[in-house]
Amino acid sequence: MITKRIIPCLDVRNGRVVKGVNFEGIQDVASPVELAHFYNDSGADELVFYDITASFEGRALFTDALTQVASEIFIPLTVGGGINTLDDFDRVLKCGADKVSVNSGAIKDPSLIEKAAKKYGDQCVVLSMDIKRVDGSFHIFSKGGRIDTGIDALEWAKMGENNGAGELVVNSIDTDGVKKGFDLEMLQKISDLVSIPVIASGGAGKKEDFLELFRAGCADAGLAASIFHFKEVDIMDLKRYLNENNIEMRI
Amino acid sequence: MIAIIDYGCGNLFSLSSSLRSLGIECKITGDKDEIASADRIILPGVGAFGDAAQKLRDCGMVELIRKLADESKPILGICLGMQLLFERSFEYGAHVGLGLIKGYVGPLEGQIPENLKIPHMGWNKLNLAKSDPIFKYIEQGDYMYFVHSFYAKGCVENTLAFAEYGVAVPAIVKSGSVYGMQFHPEKSGAKGLALLKAFAEL
Repeated sequence: MITKRIIPCLDVRNGRVVKGVNFEGIQDVASPVELAHFYNDSGADELVFYDITASFEGRALFTDALTQVASEIFIPLTVGGGINTLDDFDRVLKCGADKVSVNSGAIKDPSLIEKAAKKYGDQCVVLSMDIKRVDGSFHIFSKGGRIDTGIDALEWAKMGENNGAGELVVNSIDTDGVKKGFDLEMLQKISDLVSIPVIASGGAGKKEDFLELFRAGCADAGLAASIFHFKEVDIMDLKRYLNENNIEMRI
Repeated sequence: MIAIIDYGCGNLFSLSSSLRSLGIECKITGDKDEIASADRIILPGVGAFGDAAQKLRDCGMVELIRKLADESKPILGICLGMQLLFERSFEYGAHVGLGLIKGYVGPLEGQIPENLKIPHMGWNKLNLAKSDPIFKYIEQGDYMYFVHSFYAKGCVENTLAFAEYGVAVPAIVKSGSVYGMQFHPEKSGAKGLALLKAFAEL
């Protein structure tokens, strides 16, 4: 049977990995290549690179860094950030990305999912969603979680699947950064609705949070950034712990 | 030198990078003379079977690959490249493959329990069914990275390793000097690279 996956997410700005809390106090931490090697050696099942650069020059630095990572690290790589067109898909796939994650780009142009899935295959298209509770329902937020689009998250998830997204990244704004565990209520609602893999994001603070996530059966993978970057949780330790608790992991 | 056949199917960047990282000389090429003179051949592939088989025919690769297999040159098909080695595929219609390994390709859909997702995507364990030099650097139970919705059938006697996913999915197949891997060794970390290294030493 396939294992559950542990995925560290690396935010890259101008070709460097940065970390910050809620987009504030962003610090330069490492070269993407160094950090990718570190995570590869410590048992990450996949890597996600998120390009938070705004400038054209920054984009070029990002693709350089991605190309270097892809030529040295041989596990699946997902790239997101600034993906608005098929040309953007093309640009990062040529640098060695295996999957491309769309978020605001799909909100601006929902047909992007279908066009990309037809051209590159469903397995290549990841729909990433930033979700927050608003008046008792779940809404899709855009622009890094700042703007309420008013779109119902459950309908959006289903639309993504129907149009050919191969995976969903479900990021809960409500639990993000709180470190009290994943948003199981929301994840359960989405995973009950779709049959494509769901990657849970937002809220992991300790090993037990991942166990709770996988025991609840509402996600195929757990994604986190700061707890791995700050070495609060070691990926290999986490995977051994999950394995001892009967969650199959690639050790 | 390993020739990676370029016939317009798939992103060959990771594959060539992974071989280079092992110190193995390789070239992505669609040139028939270059392919014929290489020590080993890799047939990659992503996308749809029908399209890929047509592209192989259009560029005249079918006869060449068959001839090289007859000469016992080591050939490795990866993912869709593995499926192309079989006689037929029933992926959206019926298509003819290279016929280098007995068997055919069919959908996972309808063959596996409904709670299992399609595509079969992620890290799955190899169950080694036979001994073979390709296993020189890996062990029973090592994990590889799979992404596929169709799988090989009717090829038990040619299957070296399975992966369990509701059905026994042929993961590594072999006939003579021709090997096929359903997963992506170039995306399967150190263990995947170990398989490529063993292939380069056959």
